[in-house]
Amino acid sequence: MSATDIQDPNRRDFLYVATGMAAVVGAGAFAWPFIDQMRPDASTLALASVEVDVASLTPGMSLIVKWRGKPVVVRNRTEKEMKDGEAVKLGDLKDPIARNANLPADAPATDANRTTPGKEAWMVMVQVCTHLGCIPLGQEGDFGGWFCPCHGSQYDTAGRIRKGPAPENMAVPVFKFISDTKIIIG
Amino acid sequence: MKKILTSLALIGLVAAGGAAFAAEEAHNAAAPTHFPMEEPKEMGWSFTGPFGTYDKAQLQRGLKVYKEVCSACHSMNLVAFRTLTDLGYSEAQVKSFAASYTIHDGPNDAGEMFDRPGKPSDYFPAPFANVEAAAAANGGAAPPDMSLLAKARGVERGFPQFVFDIFTQYDAGGPDYIHSLLTGFDQTPPTGMVIPEGTHYNPHFMSGVSLKMAKPLSDGAVTYDDGSPQTVDQYARDVSAFLMWAAEPHMEARKKTGVNVLFFLLIFGGLVYLVKRKVWEGVAH
Amino acid sequence: MSEGHSTYTPKTGIERWFDARMPLPRLVYDSFVSYPVPRNLNYMWTFGGILSIMLVAQILTGIVLAMHYAADTNLAFGSVEKIMRDVNSGWLLRYMHANGASFFFIAVYMHIFRGLYYGSYKAPRELLWILGCIIYLLMMATGFMGYVLPWGQMSFWGATVITGFFSAIPLVGNWIQQLLLGGFAVDNPTLNRFFALHYLLPFMIAGVVVLHVWALHVVGQSNPTGIEVKSKTDTVAFTPYATIKDAFGMIVFLFIFAYFIFFLPNYLGHPDNYIVANPLKTPAHIVPEWYFLPFYAILRAITFNIGPINSKLGGVLCMFGAIVMLFLVPWLDTSKVRSAVYRPWYKLFFWLFVADAILLGWLGSQPAEGSYVFMAQMATLFYFAFFLIALPVLGLIETPRRVPNSITEAVLEKNKGGSGHPVGATAAPETKG
Repeated sequence: MSATDIQDPNRRDFLYVATGMAAVVGAGAFAWPFIDQMRPDASTLALASVEVDVASLTPGMSLIVKWRGKPVVVRNRTEKEMKDGEAVKLGDLKDPIARNANLPADAPATDANRTTPGKEAWMVMVQVCTHLGCIPLGQEGDFGGWFCPCHGSQYDTAGRIRKGPAPENMAVPVFKFISDTKIIIG
Repeated sequence: MKKILTSLALIGLVAAGGAAFAAEEAHNAAAPTHFPMEEPKEMGWSFTGPFGTYDKAQLQRGLKVYKEVCSACHSMNLVAFRTLTDLGYSEAQVKSFAASYTIHDGPNDAGEMFDRPGKPSDYFPAPFANVEAAAAANGGAAPPDMSLLAKARGVERGFPQFVFDIFTQYDAGGPDYIHSLLTGFDQTPPTGMVIPEGTHYNPHFMSGVSLKMAKPLSDGAVTYDDGSPQTVDQYARDVSAFLMWAAEPHMEARKKTGVNVLFFLLIFGGLVYLVKRKVWEGVAH
Repeated sequence: MSEGHSTYTPKTGIERWFDARMPLPRLVYDSFVSYPVPRNLNYMWTFGGILSIMLVAQILTGIVLAMHYAADTNLAFGSVEKIMRDVNSGWLLRYMHANGASFFFIAVYMHIFRGLYYGSYKAPRELLWILGCIIYLLMMATGFMGYVLPWGQMSFWGATVITGFFSAIPLVGNWIQQLLLGGFAVDNPTLNRFFALHYLLPFMIAGVVVLHVWALHVVGQSNPTGIEVKSKTDTVAFTPYATIKDAFGMIVFLFIFAYFIFFLPNYLGHPDNYIVANPLKTPAHIVPEWYFLPFYAILRAITFNIGPINSKLGGVLCMFGAIVMLFLVPWLDTSKVRSAVYRPWYKLFFWLFVADAILLGWLGSQPAEGSYVFMAQMATLFYFAFFLIALPVLGLIETPRRVPNSITEAVLEKNKGGSGHPVGATAAPETKG
């Protein structure tokens, strides 16, 4: 195996290198399906958008739908909740980013940016605490928004983190109103 | 090496002899013991062979035949509407196609079951609520689910055909059988053959002289928009191809990957062989 | 693994550190680098390596399939179809696993026939051979239980028929059968335990493989001449010589394997297994997987009572007896010469045995009726006669051809007239001391 072949070392080296590279390529291609199969499958992805009928929600009412295995709250906020949300100064926020998948990643966390234009009363939000994934309770806590019983994180009426260990505002998923009473999430 | 060849020849002789012997044994036209009485006809399919692909227009026509004829009795439980994009339909077309079906869903918040239009993530709804209902409505024989029919049917090829099949990559046993069965009605049984009441003679049926299903297709029963002939033969071809897709939706990807893999192994094998020769150079063995 | 004469010298600090604490690099070096192998091994000797990669491939694909499979009679069939349709690359992994079982058996049959032809089972390799037979038995159990998991018609009825073997045992048969099934028929408890055992057994196989390789490295490999290694010129180092040859053999094997996975993935299966299991309806024609067909033919060949043994028990006994024969081979063969290369009569009977095994396999796939039954009975008779008569008697009456004195001599003789390698070249196989 060592360099005893003095006649044509280059050709031999090239052969070894090419074979070794082919082996690496082959091993990589072989490994891919084993990783690929872990990704969400086609039936899971097919359920990635849900339509919600919100006609029955009057101000102050919420409903929860399951989207991608997580609860998404749709809340028709009261006048007071909206006012409370708008009154908050950006500087008071623990997380100044909107965390709204419908907006650019650096949009500031104003009350309007947490909702969708023209439908500012409606909060659509993944109701999962950004700390460690518990489900906060609605309309509880010091800020009248959400309160996570696991480790005491407090969110305001726009779902923004105000107090406690959670690092971020609760996520707003991709959604849009396809009519006045229908929302499509995802 | 000579010994190997002699032995192989011997095996061949014994096997062929046995096969011929057995074939001779039972051949009574009126009371056959082996089915099907007539072997399926081998049709040319666009999807066979190493570079085979589905003919999307044909699959679309097959879907139409399934929807308008077969689906009255046959379920297709494993096929989701979303996969119909494989047939060349757009997302929007699939959505409206799905919406043309009614899906029984629930329970809702009030605990009741309800009907709603289909969504792409739904599966083809079954024509009967359960297997018992299907059997009761069809003279005691539940029509088989069609999701895997093209892979669940296939007439045994016999020696030596099954050896050749390895090299010709024959993988259309199911579609050939379905096509032959669908075009095999309307024939007169041999004199003296007893056809049980409520069944229909078909020499291509693989488990008896006749089956419960009546001739399902007739010329002109399904309207094609693309000018293809509206004949039983064409319908049978199209629906067989469609069922092959339904049973093996990833066939195209499989064959394409296969060509790449074999090509790679050929190159890699060649390189390793050269390395092997270098390594063993000068070592008698 | 080999005793005493380690040639490993750690070069770097890390290697020395390891070597002093847990000499794993030394073990690997001695077993797979410097390990001496006979220089005259042909490609039939690559199947050991092929089998080990097949075992690894089956375990890998099996583990990822288990991530998606549901062992429940209501869900099993659908979960397999979900793998085929929805799981990313699922169709590939499942076809690899299903065809992998077949190719595992193809490789193991080549390996067994190679052993029979070259007398690899003879002293001092009896234990090595028996460990191999145990691996083969475990593979059969694993293959059978794996075939039940998709819960198709053949799964269900195959399981029913094979567990039915045990009901042939007098007195306790039914009790044993119910113990295996966990009920009166194949049902959810059966499926669940088969899944659990199908997951376990490959690891037991891997364990026995370690013993098999250990035993191999104690006695050393046999070779086509059947002459033991006598001097250093008889051998070459495992790496690079055997490694590169094995690698080439593996790639050729993988090429054929891939051909089936991608172009004929259902060729070796049965259409009926794409029909969900129905306990009320038996398929017209039940056949096991192809690799069990010879034994299935033997089982069905016994259509008559033998004294107090009824035909059912007789069939089961013959079938198990057919496997027991393999275990006894080292003591049934009385020949002083190991390899069939020097045994003209044994060579003939060996090839007749191969033909007989293939014939039995074909008969096993045919309906048990008419002339097939008689042919199966004759083939069964020959099967047992090969082991019980040919092996012991041929060893006593046959006059073997002249056996060379050493492997080196055999190689030189072979190469003399042929491709004309210079004699001097044969003296330089050793590069790593």
